[in-house]
Amino acid sequence: MSEQFADIETLLKRALSPVEPPKELEARLEVTLGSLVDMAAEELEAWELRAMRDPRNWVRPVAAAAVGSTAAVGLVLVRTQRRRHKRRREAHGAADLLGRTMRDLAREARRVADDVF
Amino acid sequence: MAATDMTREEKARLDEAFSKLYKAHLRDVYSYSYYRVGNHHDAEDLTEQTFLQAYRHFERAQRESAGRPLRPWLIRIAHNLAANYYRDRARKPQAPIDDAGVISAPHTTEALVEDRDDLKRILEGVDQLPDDRREALIMRFALGMDNREIARALGRTDGATKVLLHRAIRQLEEIVKQSEGSTEP
Repeated sequence: MSEQFADIETLLKRALSPVEPPKELEARLEVTLGSLVDMAAEELEAWELRAMRDPRNWVRPVAAAAVGSTAAVGLVLVRTQRRRHKRRREAHGAADLLGRTMRDLAREARRVADDVF
Repeated sequence: MAATDMTREEKARLDEAFSKLYKAHLRDVYSYSYYRVGNHHDAEDLTEQTFLQAYRHFERAQRESAGRPLRPWLIRIAHNLAANYYRDRARKPQAPIDDAGVISAPHTTEALVEDRDDLKRILEGVDQLPDDRREALIMRFALGMDNREIARALGRTDGATKVLLHRAIRQLEEIVKQSEGSTEP
C-alpha cells in the first residue's frame, strides 16, 4: 500500500463513502415530523382563538403601542428643543417665543407622525 | 418554535423550508451519525433525534444564519447528540466497514480483497484518531463539507480547521504505515 500513501485522501473518500439511510427511517421520520407540524398548526389555531378572547394577550400589542407613542413624543421634544436658540434669537418678547415654540412643536409632531405612520 | 410568535403563513413557510432542509440533508446526518456510532440502529436514533431537535430550533437558526447554509448547524446538533450518546452509555464506536457498502466498483477477487483490506485499515486508523480529528475527517470525506462548513460545525476558525484536517491526515498516514509494518512478514 506504500505507493497509495500519496493518495490517502482518495482512500479516505472511498472508505468514508456516504451511507444511505434505510427507507424505513425516511418513512418514520416523515410521519413524526408531519405530526409535529400538524400539532404545531393546531396549537397556533387554538392560540389565535384564545388570544381573541383572553385580555391577557392584549398586553403585548398595547405595550408596544405605548412604547411607540412614548418614543414618538420623545422625538418631537428633542427635535423642537434643537431649534430653541434660533427661536430665542428671532422672537420679539415672551408671547412671541411661546407662539413660535408651539408652532415648532406642531410641525415636528406632524413630521414624526408622517415618518411613523 | 413558539406558535404564538408567528402567523399561520409564516409557520407554513417555515415548515416548508424545514421539509426542504430535511430532504436535502437526511443522508448527510445519517452518514455522519453512522460513522460516529458505528452501527445502523444507533445511527437511526441519532438521526431522528437530530431532526427533532432541529425542528424545535429551526426558526431561530434560520433567522441567525442570515442566509448561510444550515448544514453545519445540523451536523453540529448531531455532533452534540453523539457526544451525549457516548457520555450516557459509555460506548465506543464500532468499526463500520462490513455493511457500509464502501466497495461498489467491479474488481477481480484478488484486487477486491486487497482493496477491502486497505479500506479496512484506513477505517481502523480513523477510529484511533482523537475525536476532533476523526470528526473533521468524517465531515470532509463522508459529507464533502468544505473548511468553512466544518469550522462552523465544530465551532472553530477556518484556519484552525485547516490545521486540524492537515494533522488528521498526517496522523492517519502514520497509523496506517505502522499497522502495515506490523502485519508484514
